[in-house]
Amino acid sequence: MKTKESTFVGLVKALPKNIFSGLVVSLIALPLGLGLAMASEAPPIAGVITAIVGGVIVSILGGSYVTISGPGNGLVGVVLIAITTLGLSATYAAIICSGIILVILGFLRLGKLADYFPSSAIQGMLAAIGLIILGKQFHIMLGNKIVRDNGIDYLLAIPNTLLTVVNLQDRGLIYAAIAGVISLAIMVFYSKVRNKYLQLIPAPMWIVIVSVGFSYYYELVLKMPNPISGDYMIPAIPNIQEIVTDIPSPNFEMVGTLSFWSSVVALTLIASIESLLSIKAVDKLDVFKRRSNVNKDIKALGLATVVSGFLGGLNVVTVIARSSVNVNNGGSNRSSNLFHALFLVVFIVLFSTELTRIPLSALMAILVYTGYKLASPNIVRQIFTIGKEQLIIFFATLFVTLKVGLITGIVAGLIATFIIHVVITKSIGLFVKNVLKPNVLMFKEEDGSYFLSVKHFCSFLNFNILKNSLEAIPEQNDVIIDFSLCGFVDHSVMENVHDYQELFHKKGGNIGVIGLDILGTKSEHPFALRRLLPLQNIIPDNKTKRQNSLELVASDFELSYRAEKTTKSEFLEDFIYFKTKKIEYLFNQLSVKNGPYRLFDITFSEGEFIAKEVVRSTMLYIKTSKNVPVFTLDREGLLERFYALAGYKDIAIDNHTDFSKRFYLRGENSKGIKTFFTDELVRFFESNAYYHIESSKDGLLIFNKERVASIKEIKALLDFGIRLNAIINKV
Amino acid sequence: MSAIAYKTIGIGVTFSPNLEANINEAARLALFFKAKLVLIHVGESSEKKSNTFFKFLNPFESQGLVFEIFFKSGDPVDVILTSTEEKSVDLLIIGALKKENFLKYYLGSIARKITRKANCSVLLLINPSKDRVPCNHIVVNGLKDPKTEETVTTAFFVGHKLGAKKITVVEEVDQEEVSVKVDDDKSLRRSTIVKERLRLREETRVKKILDTIPNEYTDGITIKSQPIFGKRGYSIGHYAQVARADLLVMNAPAKMTFWDRLFPHDIEHILTELPTDVLIVQ
Repeated sequence: MKTKESTFVGLVKALPKNIFSGLVVSLIALPLGLGLAMASEAPPIAGVITAIVGGVIVSILGGSYVTISGPGNGLVGVVLIAITTLGLSATYAAIICSGIILVILGFLRLGKLADYFPSSAIQGMLAAIGLIILGKQFHIMLGNKIVRDNGIDYLLAIPNTLLTVVNLQDRGLIYAAIAGVISLAIMVFYSKVRNKYLQLIPAPMWIVIVSVGFSYYYELVLKMPNPISGDYMIPAIPNIQEIVTDIPSPNFEMVGTLSFWSSVVALTLIASIESLLSIKAVDKLDVFKRRSNVNKDIKALGLATVVSGFLGGLNVVTVIARSSVNVNNGGSNRSSNLFHALFLVVFIVLFSTELTRIPLSALMAILVYTGYKLASPNIVRQIFTIGKEQLIIFFATLFVTLKVGLITGIVAGLIATFIIHVVITKSIGLFVKNVLKPNVLMFKEEDGSYFLSVKHFCSFLNFNILKNSLEAIPEQNDVIIDFSLCGFVDHSVMENVHDYQELFHKKGGNIGVIGLDILGTKSEHPFALRRLLPLQNIIPDNKTKRQNSLELVASDFELSYRAEKTTKSEFLEDFIYFKTKKIEYLFNQLSVKNGPYRLFDITFSEGEFIAKEVVRSTMLYIKTSKNVPVFTLDREGLLERFYALAGYKDIAIDNHTDFSKRFYLRGENSKGIKTFFTDELVRFFESNAYYHIESSKDGLLIFNKERVASIKEIKALLDFGIRLNAIINKV
Repeated sequence: MSAIAYKTIGIGVTFSPNLEANINEAARLALFFKAKLVLIHVGESSEKKSNTFFKFLNPFESQGLVFEIFFKSGDPVDVILTSTEEKSVDLLIIGALKKENFLKYYLGSIARKITRKANCSVLLLINPSKDRVPCNHIVVNGLKDPKTEETVTTAFFVGHKLGAKKITVVEEVDQEEVSVKVDDDKSLRRSTIVKERLRLREETRVKKILDTIPNEYTDGITIKSQPIFGKRGYSIGHYAQVARADLLVMNAPAKMTFWDRLFPHDIEHILTELPTDVLIVQ
């Protein structure tokens, strides 16, 4: 009883934060929902209906914690084909059917369908979807609506569109193209600008604000009609009464046809794959490291899809970009998903007519950027570093998907992967004979650690056996996976095992993989058996100017300098700042063996997919004694006040009102913090430059801006740190 | 508990490159168990064949080996099965074949048929050698089965005779018994508790069996009990391989029908992928 009560109290306490993050997410969900629906040639409001239904149902019945549900970008291609072949009302019927199948899959615990697809094939399929979105919307973004037969033709028409744009004569179209280009620029450069106030509103919402503002400027100030051609504006959005009265009725007449069911299968497949990949990725971002109940979530998503289909919405899936925005803004439970839906309702009730002021080309710029992110050259480069054969799988899937269709594409990817595996191992028997064998042995050793031995082969065909075993181990345990009895391990397995390693590491456990080196020598193929780590390229000898200067700084402060990249960042994991961020690597380190100071450049990322921002920064870590309480100290500003509304509390230090006014101090143990902040320490902070300072169990993290520091700043930072440490040691 | 003893050890011999190694292994075992050795050869008897056998057996004869050579023509499976009964062989030794270039062993079709039908205990040797390889670690199944008690006792008897240092009793718990499916943190916690309970239950059961084993057999042997959650019959072979066991001791299968071969279970898994030497206790 007691635990129930305390979870309820926790829920209420977390509510302000979740309302806030629901609001931020709804700001990104509104333009994305409209855009995704329009890109699928459904009425724009369908996307918002999807998000609202998804948010309400999945937040109540779902099994994940911080995910956001709504219309997915992966489905654009499928819905588009469904609408062109079946018509809109039959597509609603197909959506309902796919929802029902999803619910059934959830009950049969087959939610893990995505495990059976090789990761390069999935990557290829997603890239194809990205290209379909990009190819089609690129033309609308530049004010040149065209109609072509398939994805490839749309892509081939891009150069032609670029030429057309340069020679545009019609003023309305020129303005539409300008709106598109500016919006694209906002999407591209938004993540590059690290400004707190700018970042409060997500990029897609900035596009909406700018374009609505532009429209009002013409109407109210210049008293002129909007110069953007009427064809390139969002068509009329029904108001709330119209939405309720005009619910479209799904047309089940085509249930007997093959094309109907192929649409249903494609919708189900893509919806489940996209949701599962998103859930997996979002679980990694969860601050509380909870494990999502995938099957429960699939059931909820299926039910939401059924309801959404009846109300004139699209498939409800878990979406990665919006979910990561949710995490970054403090969303901590499912209520943020609910609030995101409620805010969307509010927007539609209050502003549905304002939305028609958004140019279509601006909205499509968001989708062009999304499509580009799905098919970006970075993905190809990454796959290439893993192995050339992965590239074959990737492109086979990509081209077949573009040319024929999604289902054929993913099947082609499966077949290509299998053929490559057979060619590499020069044995088909290895797979055929052993595919059904329970090839994983798991037992608990006497010291309490788990030992997993894998026999025969381990690839996408039978990874689920290994996966089930890994799932059954509490993540705080030590695990050893032994592949030495295995003749072949494929890339999908290596990648997934790596994901599990990260997961276990986060929760205090550890997964060690052994036996792969034997494998490489015995089978004589250097293939993905051992995954190539892109980290190993050590910076060559010709150092940059900054690196040379860093060496000098190092000798000044009697520290030693190392330029190499390293992923050893465990000491940073306890810092609150890094809870929702993913550290990629550290480099340019200044440190001394067993000494307390460690200065380094760090690369980390925040958010996922289109909301992903890669940040490089310079930080100073100081190892301290254990009696420093956990706190965060920041400069006081507008944003912190805003966060305070969302549930954080500023700790005031007695007799130092000036300090409390200028600095924003957070921490759970407010009593300990108050005694720790002595007069001397407070004076020190007051008289020195502002830094972001955080303490964890036994260390301090100090940095200034979220960018790499100059040599001068580094010297100042080091000096500040050394003096601060001296004072803390006195305390 | 009736004293376990192997009085007559039988081995089927053919003129293969492994002949000497097979005879050596069998003779050594016969000496360890103080048993009589019966060489069964499928084919006509001849002076030349007998001489070859004598040549290999000679060094053991001086150590007190009692042996008999038995020739009979006919279908190999029938001949070996009938002669084991005729000569009241209570332990039949069968050599396995090694896959080329691989450290994998399998049973030939004849050997497999014999194993399935034999009425006595069967010892499958994967790697017969001329010189003695010590048997250090024995893995024995601890299935919940009426035969298990005898099997475990036999394992200790053999271990005692061969000078094994360690015996691991493996209890295979079927995954189905863990009725909780892992979906999230809560169900994971529940399934961990259920597994822990099953583990304790299995360990007490094995301990009861171990208590019945005569002390002279257990002297100087480290005993370990290892519960495994996995597919019956399959995971124990896998475990024996991982634990680098020198001998795996198993219950004989209850009955073998056509369906059992089509949908292999228990011992059939072991026969397709011999992890190490296997003793099937009848």
